[in-house]
Amino acid sequence: MNRWLIVMLLALLGLARAADAPSIAADPALEARVNALAAELRCLVCQNQTIADSNADLAIDLKNQVREQLKAGRSETDVVAYMTQRYGDFVLYRPPFKASTVLLWAGPALLVLIGLALFWRSLRRSQSAPVAAAMNDADAARAAQLLAADDTPRG
Amino acid sequence: MIPELGLFALVVALFIASALATLPIIGAARSNLAWMQLARPAALAQFVFVLLAFGCLMASFVNNDFSVVNVATNSNSQLPLPYRMAASWGSHEGSMLLWVLMLSGWTCAVSLLSRSLPLAMVARVLGVMGFISVGFLLFILLTSNPFDRLLPPAMDGRDLNPLLQDPGMVIHPPMLYMGYVGFAVAFAFAVAALLSGRFDATWARWSRPWTTAAWVFLTIGIALGSWWAYYELGWGGWWFWDPVENASFMPWLIGTALIHSLAVAEKRGAFKAWTVLLAIGAFSFSLLGTFIVRSGVLTSVHAFATDPARGTFILLFLLIVVGGSLALFGWRAAQVGFAGRFDRVSRESLLLGNNVLLVAAAGAVMLGTLYPLALDALGLGKISVGPPYFDAVFVPLMAPVVLLMGIGPLARWKQASVADLAQRLKWPALISVVAALALPLAAGRFSWMVALGLLLAAWVFTTVAVLLLQRARAGAGQLARQPRSFWGMVVAHAGVGVFIVGVTMVGGYQSEHDVKMAIGSSTVVGGYRFTFKGAQQIQGANYVAMRGDFLAQHVDGGRSYTMHPEKRVYQVQGMPMTEAAIQTGLTRDLYVSLGEELPDGAWTVRVYHKPFVDWIWGGAFIMALGGLLAISDRRYRVAVKAVELPPRSAPPPIAGATPGATPGPQQPAAT
Amino acid sequence: MKGRQFIPLGIFLLLAVLLAVGLTLKPREVPSPFIGKPAPTFKLPQLDAAQPAFEPAQMKGQVWILNVWASWCAPCREEHPLLVAAAREQLVPIVGLNYKDDPRNGQDWLRKLGDPYQAVAVDRDGRVGIDYGVYGVPETFVIDRDGIVRLKHIGPLTPEAWARDVVPLVKKLKG
Repeated sequence: MNRWLIVMLLALLGLARAADAPSIAADPALEARVNALAAELRCLVCQNQTIADSNADLAIDLKNQVREQLKAGRSETDVVAYMTQRYGDFVLYRPPFKASTVLLWAGPALLVLIGLALFWRSLRRSQSAPVAAAMNDADAARAAQLLAADDTPRG
Repeated sequence: MIPELGLFALVVALFIASALATLPIIGAARSNLAWMQLARPAALAQFVFVLLAFGCLMASFVNNDFSVVNVATNSNSQLPLPYRMAASWGSHEGSMLLWVLMLSGWTCAVSLLSRSLPLAMVARVLGVMGFISVGFLLFILLTSNPFDRLLPPAMDGRDLNPLLQDPGMVIHPPMLYMGYVGFAVAFAFAVAALLSGRFDATWARWSRPWTTAAWVFLTIGIALGSWWAYYELGWGGWWFWDPVENASFMPWLIGTALIHSLAVAEKRGAFKAWTVLLAIGAFSFSLLGTFIVRSGVLTSVHAFATDPARGTFILLFLLIVVGGSLALFGWRAAQVGFAGRFDRVSRESLLLGNNVLLVAAAGAVMLGTLYPLALDALGLGKISVGPPYFDAVFVPLMAPVVLLMGIGPLARWKQASVADLAQRLKWPALISVVAALALPLAAGRFSWMVALGLLLAAWVFTTVAVLLLQRARAGAGQLARQPRSFWGMVVAHAGVGVFIVGVTMVGGYQSEHDVKMAIGSSTVVGGYRFTFKGAQQIQGANYVAMRGDFLAQHVDGGRSYTMHPEKRVYQVQGMPMTEAAIQTGLTRDLYVSLGEELPDGAWTVRVYHKPFVDWIWGGAFIMALGGLLAISDRRYRVAVKAVELPPRSAPPPIAGATPGATPGPQQPAAT
Repeated sequence: MKGRQFIPLGIFLLLAVLLAVGLTLKPREVPSPFIGKPAPTFKLPQLDAAQPAFEPAQMKGQVWILNVWASWCAPCREEHPLLVAAAREQLVPIVGLNYKDDPRNGQDWLRKLGDPYQAVAVDRDGRVGIDYGVYGVPETFVIDRDGIVRLKHIGPLTPEAWARDVVPLVKKLKG
């Protein structure tokens, strides 16, 4: 009898507070991993969304695949390999490091280095630039003439 | 009748543009006064006819004239009036006409506001802009005619894409195009200067406000696009590094470099060749963006219906305009003048450093955007380059820019003292590092990305404060006497700091729950409790929707908010769409998005808490405000008399001094 | 020094060439990583339940075609007459993969439009499709005697594509 009373009290307590909505995902920690990985995979149908965001059938299927495999204990690297085996590198939003993508990944740093090199050269050139020669009399007279004629207010 | 009138107006505009593109420029080369004087009236007339054509298109939409293909494809009689008007630019053809309208508008503005410029220069500038008009008008008339008839007329239209039926859609393209097209002015000034061989300070001074104005519009346009994606697309993201987004961002980066480079060109007469190149570059990137969006070369959510014929035309146009101007640059760059003299540590060198990094950043974005195309073209397979790449590459490039941004305004022109700078910057450095380490810990979760972001934001604010203090200490009332261009810089730079705070906080601390909500249930996200009260069906102007009823309140009490996310189905296209409910606040957004309906009235719901997300667009708008302040500086509002010099025998071989230089106002270390 | 001023032009011209080539490409098509690799194995029930389960290994020693289709797919309807005609010519056996479809609808469809297939495997949940890198329907694979994938055609087969790409390849593989 007491046991039933306790169960009923607990049930009543549960009902008294607005029931906390359950997460859609059975396992939030797993889901976080699924979403992190899905955010890096490209939906092949819509092609400008990740499979995390896309509602296309294939995207949902692939997301389920990701979930199943992570749940089965495979690593993120394994799942990525699984996807690229079937769909090629196109499915990865993070381009892999390969011979063909060296220029892509090194490019920005190269651009900065080239830019800095040009900057350095321009700096050195400017420091060896000849200093303005002293004005000759003709120029001095012209300057005086201009300054005298030019008395409009300047903001 | 009206569509035909519009088409006729476009043809007339093309003829006027052709005259504008040729006669004044030849006139300037041959000192033919009559031909040069044609420029201004031609610019005005071109604008009138393009405006007439655009008016005809908009009238067709407003009057539901479904005998016009464009109207039948993009509008509907149930579409509310504002969206019927906005649908004028909702398609490829209509948006091209908007482009040309903006271009002829800017051309007209330049012709009206350049009274004090030498006629030869005005003739060349307007001529170049006319040349660009010719290209686009031809493009419209040959491949993208918005006035094509549909016979027999459709009974009703196919409706505007529901994603575009939104206030953001109404204003985002016009702002964006004002920016893209505005860079044509700087481009025209650069090409005109290359044609004439004259690169005095007049050129830089004249280009600067126009360039800043274009930059302001582009900043607003991009910010609006990002904000629109955030509230419209339902998953709360604000930037996807989509090819079309990148296509607008690259000209922005170059444009930012350009306005800083123009500052040096105007004040010090240095960097002129580089500035000319940037001016050509900014508009070139605008044109490249047009190509990317309309040619089908890259897949993108924004891309219009693609057609290789259009792509080919735009590419040819690019070759002529960009190739031609770069060829002209190569040929004439030697005449532009010396780079000027400045120390290793000086405001010039810091600005040049800023330029190098911004251009490298634009290059990096272009690299990522076009790399898949390059590999495909070389037969090396297909890859995708998405946010993981851009985020990884962009932040390391921009961080130094922000650091330089703090130092630059404090440095003197030509020669700055390292010791002096170090002295002034020691407090900002200290405060920034402390903020970077302490604030994330106080917020409960430390991450290096958040620390970096807060470091940069704190750096921005503290260096601005040091700058203001420096001016204030220069004397009583000195701060109040600073020109608007100074305040513009201060405000714009502060805007960058605000933007960084937004990006960092939302990236580091946003929280999200994906939940199944039965009626009456609730969930806690980011310290707010969201309770689902139920959903009911409602009828909108041209859609039917399920409207959810949510109550949101902070767990510690305080104001409670009702939120009404909707799941709409637009009747004509049958397309479902989620309208997220957003509760906007100064320090956070609450974001609720309906998913799928479940049995017994329950719904799957996505609930977000996004701290400081509005600071992203707030920061961008503050940057734009800074730009506006800079443009309103007195020296642009006071007419500058053109200085006509008596002829000289030979220009003196003096570095830094150029013939015909107009003496500029001397202000204490002003921008 | 003089030449350096033309570097921007040079870079732009390279870019223009790239964009021009880009106009001829098809950015939405995802090439198959299976070309030159063994066709993935599977064992699926057939549309005609009376038939035994289908495995690709059963086709070893023959050049054959795997056609992915579904009754809900409109472009599949467009290419179907071509397949039916090809089956009549008996150039190469065609095996169907009924992708994410209700078998009853699939059977109805074939009954109405003709059955070019030597066998039809039923992939109800699309798993085998994923294994083959299918991302839309219809898609068609040409597989050689040793079970290596030699060609993937994306989208409905047109008479031009059939004559230009498939037939010569099949003839070559048959020796």
